[in-house]
Amino acid sequence: MADEPKSDDAATDKPPSADTPAGASAADGVKPVPATGGQETGKPAAAPAKPKPKPKPKAPPEAPKGPSDPLPPDDLEQPAFLVSLRQALPAAIEQVSYWVGDWTVIVPPTALIDVLNFLKDAEEASFDYCADITASDWPPREKRFDVIYCLYSTRRRHRVRVKVRAGENEPVPSVTGIWPAANWLERELWDMFGVNLTGHPDLRRILMPEGWQGHPQRKDYPLEGPGELLLESPMEWLRLRNLSDETEIE
Amino acid sequence: MTTAPSPMFDTDELVINMGPQHPSTHGVLRLVLKLDGEKVKDVDVVMGYVHRGIEKLSENRDWTQIILLTDRMDYVAAATNNLGYCETVEKLMEIEVPRRARYIRTILAELQRIASHCLWLGTHAMDIGAMTVFLYAFRERELILDLFEEYCGARLTYNSMRVGGLPLDIPTGWDEKVRAFCDVMEAKVPEYEELLTNNRIWLERTRGIGVISAEDAIGLGLCGPPLRGSAVYRDVRKDEPYAAYDEFDFEVPLGTRGDTYDRYLIRLEEFRQSIRIIRQALDGLPEGPVMGKVPRLLKPKAGETYHAIESPKGELGYFIVSDGRATNPYRFRVRPPSFCNLQGLRPLVIGHLVADVVALIGTIDVVLGEVDR
Repeated sequence: MADEPKSDDAATDKPPSADTPAGASAADGVKPVPATGGQETGKPAAAPAKPKPKPKPKAPPEAPKGPSDPLPPDDLEQPAFLVSLRQALPAAIEQVSYWVGDWTVIVPPTALIDVLNFLKDAEEASFDYCADITASDWPPREKRFDVIYCLYSTRRRHRVRVKVRAGENEPVPSVTGIWPAANWLERELWDMFGVNLTGHPDLRRILMPEGWQGHPQRKDYPLEGPGELLLESPMEWLRLRNLSDETEIE
Repeated sequence: MTTAPSPMFDTDELVINMGPQHPSTHGVLRLVLKLDGEKVKDVDVVMGYVHRGIEKLSENRDWTQIILLTDRMDYVAAATNNLGYCETVEKLMEIEVPRRARYIRTILAELQRIASHCLWLGTHAMDIGAMTVFLYAFRERELILDLFEEYCGARLTYNSMRVGGLPLDIPTGWDEKVRAFCDVMEAKVPEYEELLTNNRIWLERTRGIGVISAEDAIGLGLCGPPLRGSAVYRDVRKDEPYAAYDEFDFEVPLGTRGDTYDRYLIRLEEFRQSIRIIRQALDGLPEGPVMGKVPRLLKPKAGETYHAIESPKGELGYFIVSDGRATNPYRFRVRPPSFCNLQGLRPLVIGHLVADVVALIGTIDVVLGEVDR
């Protein structure tokens, strides 16, 4: 039981935060537990005199710290536009990353407009087509958002991604002045993530209804809504929710 | 020098709500038109009525379960949606797809393009008032749906591809049926052209309507036929070949004026090019397996990638982030071509008559399931 296939997962994490109770007790080495589940659900959870370690609330696996952003291999030649970008704006580049054939440039939000303008106008780059703007959310990180600009050049036929790391309220300048295509893409970005975009001409919700609260694509936004019961009888809904929280903890 | 408007002839601008339940908006699109007489002065596009949160859902499903969610985005071109998603995961996991699978995928994608263009042609022509074309085009679309039904059992939401290849090899005799369909389709395209291309009403309703220049089209992020209509050579099949497109010979039709008529001609020519690709793929169809070596539990290494294909509507891109530990994507993003093309509606519509609005919605070919996701 100790070396079930999951144990390699638990080994990489810290042992106390292993996700199964069986794994936790095996790590402590107290005693093999033959009927863990049945005993513990019967007892009240608040029994301090018990020598056995209290089963931890079933914590979800620790949230990932952030994207991997792997560095490019040393022997790989960087595309010409990256070399010239490095020459033109050396302070603006935090990191260059490469994964399965895609180049990504990571820049601070303050330098974003300069970098994008350079990438659009420079001859060897000429990224005239803004294919997509999106974000990913990494909540425990202080700068929780990665705002990602997928660019393409219709003349040079190459791609690059520009990435900005931004905190919850950190302003990210709008790029609608560079590509008009960014208008709706940024509206969706704000609607779904609530990234603090500044200078956007028409920042309204686009997919969610006008009066919606919250930003659905954030990782701390629940997958399922409260359903119709919340509208019909809020007290009953609250009681049920507390109940389900308790059973989840046990 | 303006005179005070008399109470008889009110010159205030008129706000008209069009949709979301309107037959010409191809789904649940709502337009708030500001009119000056019959001229459109401004338009506000309202969407989100079929927003199902597919991106959020996908982040909580495992990698194979997402394939059938992609069916539900552009539901008139489900096979290309499957293709784009599967290829993105294959790129992320660096999976080799067998050559036979890539050929069959190409055939399915091109059949899908014809089916999607048939639906576009029928509805677009009916919006403008040509009823016959609608019946003709749906007749041929039906043949394609039959072919898909024989291949995978479904007529609309196919779930027809898997990460690493295809779930099924083609049934016996299916390739001959596809060949027969190509012959039928090739004979039918001139029929459509006979009805529309030199039709005086069609010309009046489409020529010079919704003109957009090449720079504006690129800047607005248009893709697919609306971008090629403005004479921009951009086709993901040529620029960044995927599936087996690098092995086939085909042309990318371009427009000259960037109006509704050019976009119509381009899609008609794409019928012919698609038939050409399907025939080449059938002729050269290699033997072999249709499924590559794929682990039973998909768990890509931590990393992120963006991959685009040319769906019938334009550049369909997927941006996927894997955290390397879970069996579901950490972030799943679709770059919907309909959404980006719909953004071009406002500049196209302004200055035209109300009657042209339906023609312009038709010409950019949106599917609201994909706009809202």
